[in-house]
Order: sequence, then C-alpha cells, then structure tokens
Amino acid sequence: MTVGKTISEKILSMKSGRDARAGDLIVCKVDHAMGTDGSTPMAIDYFEEMGGSRVHDPDRLVFVMDHYSGAEPPGTSMHAKMRVFAAQHGIRVHDVGEGISHQLMVESGRALPGGLLAGADSHSVTGGALNAFATGIGSSDLAAILICGRIWLKVPRTIKVVLTGRPGPHVYPKDIALELARVIGADGAAYQTIEYHGPGSAMLDLEDRLVLSNMSVEMGAKAGIFPADQKTFAYLEGRAPEKTLPVEADADAQYSREITLDLTALAPQVARPHAVDNVGTIREALGTPIQMVCLGTCTGGRARDFHQALKILLAAGGIAAGVRLIVTPASTEVEAELRRDGTLKRLEAMGATIAPPGCGACCGTAGTIPKDDANVMSTANRNFKARMGNASASIYLASPASCAAAAATGRITDPTDFGEARQ
Amino acid sequence: MRVSIEGRARLLGSDINTDYIISSSRKKETLDPHLLKRYLLESVDPAFANSVMPGDLLVAGKNFGCGSAMEVAVTVVLAAGIRAVLAPSFARTYYRNAINNGLIPIECATTGIREGDKVRIALDETGACIEDEARGLVIAGIPFPAVIISILSAGGLVPYFKNGKHDDRLCP
Repeated sequence: MTVGKTISEKILSMKSGRDARAGDLIVCKVDHAMGTDGSTPMAIDYFEEMGGSRVHDPDRLVFVMDHYSGAEPPGTSMHAKMRVFAAQHGIRVHDVGEGISHQLMVESGRALPGGLLAGADSHSVTGGALNAFATGIGSSDLAAILICGRIWLKVPRTIKVVLTGRPGPHVYPKDIALELARVIGADGAAYQTIEYHGPGSAMLDLEDRLVLSNMSVEMGAKAGIFPADQKTFAYLEGRAPEKTLPVEADADAQYSREITLDLTALAPQVARPHAVDNVGTIREALGTPIQMVCLGTCTGGRARDFHQALKILLAAGGIAAGVRLIVTPASTEVEAELRRDGTLKRLEAMGATIAPPGCGACCGTAGTIPKDDANVMSTANRNFKARMGNASASIYLASPASCAAAAATGRITDPTDFGEARQ
Repeated sequence: MRVSIEGRARLLGSDINTDYIISSSRKKETLDPHLLKRYLLESVDPAFANSVMPGDLLVAGKNFGCGSAMEVAVTVVLAAGIRAVLAPSFARTYYRNAINNGLIPIECATTGIREGDKVRIALDETGACIEDEARGLVIAGIPFPAVIISILSAGGLVPYFKNGKHDDRLCP
C-alpha cells in the first residue's frame, strides 16, 4: 500500500518526473527563477566562471532591482551589470522603484498553483501562498539555473499547521506568524515545508496568506504552502497567463509534526530584539519607547497593511512627537492603489516619509538607517542586530496596527486601545 | 573520495544569522570577500576578524547561517581561510551556498568542543568523523550523499561545472 503525499511531494514529483518522497535527492525543472540586485551580480560572476554562454530559458527568468538605490553606488554599478546581462540574454528586468521581488512575482502571475519557483533571496517562500513550491536559493544556484534550468533539491518533510477559530480585534496575520515563530522556533522547521490548513487558514485572504508564507523562512522552512481555493483563483484572474495545476495534500499524507493554533485565543504579538522567535504579547512589552516606525517590506507592505495602520493613526490623532514614520509600499501597484484611495496623502499630511517601492530600510542597504541606540518598530520579518544598518539600534517586529499604535504614542501600545474595529 | 581537514576551533553561539557573519549594509562597500573579511562576524565580536587565522574552523550552535540567503556570507568565511563549519544544524540556504562554494558544512553535535581546540575532520561517502584530541572526543557527523562529496572535493559548484564533471541534467 502506498502512503499519500504532501503538497511538496506532489509538486516535486511533477517537476522531477519521478515518485518523489521526503528525503529523496532529486533534480527538478524550475518554472520561474528570480534574482535580485542583492544576488544577481554574483550569479553573473558564477555564470561566467562556470563557463556559461547562453541562458537556458530567458522567459522563465526575471531580475528585480529592489535592495539598492539606483541613485548611488554600489547600486549603480550592480544595476548596470544586471541590465547588460539581461539585455544580452533577453531576460525581463523590473527596475529600481518597481517594487520588492516577492511582491512582483506574485502580482505578475509567476507564483502559480503547483509551480516550482526558485528565487535568489530567502523570502522567495512568499509565493507559497498561491500553492506554489517557492523556495530561496543563493547566487551560485541561480547561476546553475541560468545555465541548465534545473535545480537539485532534497524533498523536504512537512509540518502541518492547522489554524482554527476566528481572530479577535486587531489580531492580524503577522500576529499569527509571530506566534508560530514562538511555538516552532527560529530553526524548528529547518529543511522542512510548512503547510497551512484548517478553517482559520481558508478564511485568510490571499494578501494575508502571503504574510504567513513569507514568515515561514523565519522558522527555517524551505517553503510555506497553502492549498489553492477560490480566493487563489480570484487573485490570479487577469494575472496568470498559464493554465495552473493546483495541488492538494492527500488525506493520508505523512507529516513530521502537526500544530494546531486557535486564533480566537490569540492576542497582538511582538518579536523583541534581536531574534524573530523572541516573541511575547504586546501587553508584555507595553510602554517600551519607540523612536522610528517602518511600514512596508515583503511582509507588511501591501495596501491593506497601510489601511490598517492609517485607521489606528486617524483614531489616535496622528504621529507622536519625536517619532519618525517611514512608509514604503511593496510595489508600484500597491503605491498606485494607496494614491488613488488617499492613504498616502493622509499619511504624508501626518508627517510620514513616503519612500519609493522596494526593500527600503529593511536590511540596511537602502532607505533610512536608524539613529544610534534607537528603538525601531517595523512590519518587517527580521530583527537581527545591525539588520537595518546600525548595530546599536533595537528592532521590534509587529503587525501594521501595532506599529501604527507605537507611531501614534511613541511607545509600544496595544492597538485595541484605539477601538475594536477590524477591517 | 575522502576529505581530511585539521584546524583550530573558533566557538560561536546558536542562530548565527548571515547578517552577523557579514552585515548586509557592508555589501554597499564591496562584494569582494577579501575586502569584506575585515568585518567578519563584527556584530557578534568586533575583535573576531583580527583574531582569525587561515585554517581555523567555525564551531557553532544550531541553525548556523539563518536569515538572508546572501552568498557573501559563505565566500567571506572562505576568504578568511576557513574551510569548514561544524554545527548541529544549518539554515538550508547557507548549507547549499556552502556546498556550492566548497565550504564544508558538517552537521554534528558540537557541545563538547572548546575554543582553540585542535579538531580533525575526515569525511567520505560513508560518513563524517570529527576528533577533538584534547577532550578525547570522537563525534560522528551526518554523512553527505555521493554527489555532494564530489561537488565538495571539486572545490564547489563552479569547478564542478567547469571540469564538466556534471552531466547536462545536473543529476546526481
């Protein structure tokens, strides 16, 4: 009798053309590969050193300039190198200011149900929200894909996360992700996939699922995958040119671990410095002074994130004196929506700094660097020491609503203080 | 194929992320690992880069190389003359990048090893053996599949590709 398969085992079986099971070392055809300006310049060097001459399939490749500003070195020289290579080989480029690679992969319909996505950036796992096996790789792996269109992978075991119940006021996907980071730990899903199931997971909108898939890598996961449903197909309408092959897990699939999380009992969470799994409730950290707040990144830079933040800021009467609020939409599509509905205008009127779409201040390569000894609260995914370019700063991670509450008061504040309404 | 290495143990904690190995913001200066190595592990210990000697081995706790997939976090370690990292577990992107560049990531228990110990490593298809003479320790590491051993003994993915040792399907 054969045992059923997980979503990962099914997708990787299709992509390798064999019966792939957890633990197998396989070679897979990659549907879409992506490189950023943080990884592609090195990949081009590897490509040349490996003796690469032509790119295997340029239609399945995309380069994104999201980590560095296009106005100053080293972005300028790295971008020039990427543009020359891309033009020579016919590879699509998303230029500086178009947005964060992971958001663009999703918006442009490259992250597809049943697909295999390899991105040369750890947060490439974001695409799992659309039922793709999406994983992060380095520059050398990207170079190998440029040459042969394939990648070797070890088929991962899978942790099944079952979400039940309904989240209370001001409990958002980021709070779910932080609670999972606390339960699973920063390495608890290492070499493994996380599959998200249960009524609490089906209830999440596509934009919300992206947050959980994105944060899966903070638990060490190779992929963070949702089943496909009507919400997935509705999002893809008009975006995906290709016919998709959604993949479900078999009822008797083998999981390494099963975790059930009741969302009804969940309160707003915060990751304290300097580890993503150093998580407690917002209530436990109340009053901690905050001097800089960042709204944006591939975790919390979508339209609804800014809507949730704006709502809190309006209820609170604006930004507290002495707090710097940086707003960075994840893409031009998000930015356009926020312009249309007046969100950016209102945030700007409150004194927020609006930055062009991209990674922004998240990893210290562009945007505003925190001041010495500053406490920063961010909708980002990582709070490692020196992550934002200043080793003396302390970074707290929370939902857009909790970040907005901190911006409004200058200290860690429970967003439920500003009304119970949830979008 | 057999790989043997000997070196001085340099102890690090758990969850050493790639930003600690080399800060993302330093990449603004250069991507050249031979220039970046002066900042190696600066967020963990500002004196580390000066004290490191070619032939040293990194001996860490769990989840080494977590965080960003940036590959300079591997090349900067190699540029400092370090050929292997020992840890109970690695972040998978670091593990891949290490193998592809010829830095040997050895999954093994590291709790008994002390700072400065002379550590001997021997690995082949059947397994990895780590010896710490001063502590009388013989530790078994998780074995590598044959294809990984051949990539590592070629010196990484670049020479592996260059020497034409792979077939065109990148197949093990």
